[in-house]
Amino acid sequence: MSTSTSATATAGSQTGEPILRVTGLRKYFPIQSSFLRRTIGQVKAVDGVELEVFGSETLGVVGESGCGKSTIGRTMLKLLEPTEGTIQLAGKDITGFSRREMVPMRREASMIFQDPYSSLNPRHTVGKIVAAPFEVQGIEPPGGVKKAVQDLLDRVGLNPEHYNRFPAEFSGGQRQRIGIARALALHPKLIICDEPVSALDVSIQAQVVNLLEDLQNEFGLAYVVIAHDLSVIRHISDRIAVMYLGKVMELSDSDSLYLAPRHPYTKALLSAVPVPEPGGRGRRERIVLAGDLPSPANPPSGCVFRTRCWKAEDRCAAEVPALVEVEPGRKVACHFPEPAAGEVSFTPSQPNGTAPA
Amino acid sequence: MSDVQPATASRSPYLELRDLKVSFATEDGLVRAADGVSFSLERGKTLAIVGESGSGKSVTSQAIMGLHPKRSAQITGEVLVDGTDIVSASEETVRSMRGRNMAMIFQDPLSSLHPFYTVGAQLIEAVQAHGEVSKSEARQRAIAMLDRVGIPNAARRVEEYPHQFSGGMRQRVMIAMALINNPDLVIADEPTTALDVTVQAQILDVLRDLQGEFQMAILLITHDLGVVAETADDVVVMYGGRVVERGPVNEIFTRPRMPYTWGLMSSVPNLTDPRGTRLTPIPGQPPSLINLPTGCVFRPRCQFSAHVEDAWCDTKRPDLEPVGPRHDARCFLSVSQMAALAPRRADGEEVA
Amino acid sequence: MLGYVVKRFGSMLVMLAGLSVMVFLLFSVLPADPARLTCGKTCTPDVVEANRQRLGLDKPLVEQYAVWAKGIVAGRTFNEGQGAAEFTCPAPCLGYSFSQQENVTDLITEAVPVTIWLAAGAFVLWMTFGLTTGVIAALNRGRWPDVVLQGISLVAYSLPSFFVGLMLLILLIVQMSLLPYPDYYPPSEDLKKFLVTMVLPWVTVAFTSAAFYTRLTRTQMVETMGEDYIRTARAKGLAERTVTVKHALRAGLTPIVTAAGLDLGILLGGAIITEQIFNLPGMGRLAVESVVDSDLPVITGITLVAATFIIVANFVVDMLYMVIDPRVRLA
Repeated sequence: MSTSTSATATAGSQTGEPILRVTGLRKYFPIQSSFLRRTIGQVKAVDGVELEVFGSETLGVVGESGCGKSTIGRTMLKLLEPTEGTIQLAGKDITGFSRREMVPMRREASMIFQDPYSSLNPRHTVGKIVAAPFEVQGIEPPGGVKKAVQDLLDRVGLNPEHYNRFPAEFSGGQRQRIGIARALALHPKLIICDEPVSALDVSIQAQVVNLLEDLQNEFGLAYVVIAHDLSVIRHISDRIAVMYLGKVMELSDSDSLYLAPRHPYTKALLSAVPVPEPGGRGRRERIVLAGDLPSPANPPSGCVFRTRCWKAEDRCAAEVPALVEVEPGRKVACHFPEPAAGEVSFTPSQPNGTAPA
Repeated sequence: MSDVQPATASRSPYLELRDLKVSFATEDGLVRAADGVSFSLERGKTLAIVGESGSGKSVTSQAIMGLHPKRSAQITGEVLVDGTDIVSASEETVRSMRGRNMAMIFQDPLSSLHPFYTVGAQLIEAVQAHGEVSKSEARQRAIAMLDRVGIPNAARRVEEYPHQFSGGMRQRVMIAMALINNPDLVIADEPTTALDVTVQAQILDVLRDLQGEFQMAILLITHDLGVVAETADDVVVMYGGRVVERGPVNEIFTRPRMPYTWGLMSSVPNLTDPRGTRLTPIPGQPPSLINLPTGCVFRPRCQFSAHVEDAWCDTKRPDLEPVGPRHDARCFLSVSQMAALAPRRADGEEVA
Repeated sequence: MLGYVVKRFGSMLVMLAGLSVMVFLLFSVLPADPARLTCGKTCTPDVVEANRQRLGLDKPLVEQYAVWAKGIVAGRTFNEGQGAAEFTCPAPCLGYSFSQQENVTDLITEAVPVTIWLAAGAFVLWMTFGLTTGVIAALNRGRWPDVVLQGISLVAYSLPSFFVGLMLLILLIVQMSLLPYPDYYPPSEDLKKFLVTMVLPWVTVAFTSAAFYTRLTRTQMVETMGEDYIRTARAKGLAERTVTVKHALRAGLTPIVTAAGLDLGILLGGAIITEQIFNLPGMGRLAVESVVDSDLPVITGITLVAATFIIVANFVVDMLYMVIDPRVRLA
């Protein structure tokens, strides 16, 4: 994101210690039989994910419904208990932290949710909502809570005089700003944004995206932005993790990913996004994926994407492709990755089900 | 969508709206949800209505289907479907036209299908509502239609319930249900908004194919400009319950002549934008339909109103005036003023 | 699906077993001492003690329960080894009423059909009435039919059944003599007398219940009429009647079936007040009489039977869910 200094930010972002690092992260939800509540299976919502988030950068996590992106956001901050793996936040291993131990850690990282209608308590005033983090932490900000809250409201573009109003008196976009003010209260280093704009009207989305960008530049925040809208993700992220069925398929800086996707799934995903320019489609090859998403309770063997992949071969069913670096700063989990930018594919395999429009 | 015009297709529009007004009396006052909406649509063509929540696009589409309850909605103007005025026609006439002349596809296919009946039962019911058709024949048509919209094993799946289908398959079921009586007009209200992008691509493909085959008119209601650019022939932009701009899709995207349309396009991130491009949001909030601003309804959010002489924007409501070939806009700014103030990339190399 | 039925049936059996323990315990800890109650007027501590032994009340509680429970399943013999005093009580034996000198099972078997007739008739009446008026109210939401029906149902719902019953009795029977004094005959014996006797009890029971179902149906209909699939049904060009009944009412049926099943289950345990007022020899009246007489075996038996009705009704309701909602059936 960090638009003004994008070059230095991207280059410099990966140096030093990450604010957040997850390794081997797994989150399985048990499927229980209706009889005797025995566990008869598991939904592998997140299945072995490694991610790092560095200061002042935005990591986008993108994927379709059921890919585990929301679960990962919640597991990162221990709103859900991980099944396996470790989570390090600000240098501390928080994997085994109890709820009480997590309280001080909430100063390091906070969260913004998708639905600005249900994530704010309708019976609390805006002042009370935004002040909640101070109360939980037992902090008296300099100048008092009220002043701090009003400063926050002002900063996110709300009238500080509206301190005593209730969430119902605000529009969707304003409510999302309230959520942002609350997330910002303790000056965290990291904010996890779960679909921050998808519930908002188009003309309001840009307001919130710009606000997030401004706050990042001002406070040096790091973001993990979880979204299904590839245009928004592309716009806001420095680096992007593409997820499919609980696994990271590709991890890359934003520009390279969009310029030349290396994972077939990324390629299909990007090609499906309609371009808001008449005739824009003609310039792009479109890949229509056949079939439906397999059940995360029973993912395919080997590569989870192989059942819908036009490049799949026997090896893909037998061997799980590891997420390996294919070029500097770029990782792909595929046995047969797409050629890099400028590189010519020596096997011009024609994708089946492709419909170039 | 398709350039091929079958010889039988008439040139007169299949759907024509003339000064449609829909208002609802509420405790807070009269909500003018649609205020003087006019446009027309031919068979075989796709018209997209673009707008945000509260712009009146869904209200307009439901008025075309005659779905507003007569006692809560006050409707004036004309909605001509194949020459019949839906507004003044009897309830029985409109009912018999629904599903046969005009059909609708809704946003959320899960909640739009009845959870307690099989997909087959719901399709058969649609067939039998419009003629004496035996159950087994209706069933055969249902299976054929499900097969046509790309549902594998249609003969088996016809016995299944909506919750046993995936989101994309459910939307195919909705499409099959809408098309089973060969309507000439299909209204698709945000048909892909609830779906993932790869599924969206599949569904848009299905609609495109079917339109090529059946030559129905499609009225596409959406907020997604990408979907509009890829599927529509013509575009109607709505704001605050009225049409603020209408014209061919190329005109609208390359030469928007209403500041709202331009603002909408500039505020949407584009996959092909260079990194670091800053979005240009439209400031403020959409207006309340109970208490519309005087003058131009978009004025409180308009960045260009200072360029209009005598502060007309504050006092006068602009009319929908021609600004190009088949292109109308509701703005006091002249074409040359707009071209200078609001450049588009595709307009030339004038990008700032 | 079959697994679900079996599982649900199994859990019903477990519940019934648990219920029998609870009922047994409840009555064994009561201060009323059956040994004393069966002792008669000239009672001495020796006789009480003898009675206690004869009734097996000196044995440990577990053993007493075993005897009682075995009686239900396999029947039992009273006064065993006491010559002429010995008699058998065939299964299902719920005990022996010493004050009425009869097997409890026989007493209940006589009373149950009366209550079943009362409950069934009232049920048909209140469901027909409640559903119809509820649908009418919902379709006319906010207009006069709705307002009137809502008003009536609120008044009806707040009237206690003893008031309704007594008013009907006084007005139609005592004052206006439109109907004879109630005198129960089984329908197989005299259908006309049966109907004449039952009509007022039916109305009494159905009156308040119908009011509840009017309101419940209305709420359900108002909710489902706003669902997206109702809009779809209209968009298909279905007639409004089909939309209302086949789509909206069907979708809102689940809570109505739940309430109806439980209400019926409860009612089968006896409508105490209505049966008293209209002199119906059903479960409710038997319960009242046995309480007045402190006839513990009968009270225990009635409690067990009444609770069994409720548990079975619950089971039936769960089975009906599967018929109504495929999502339950196929889960």
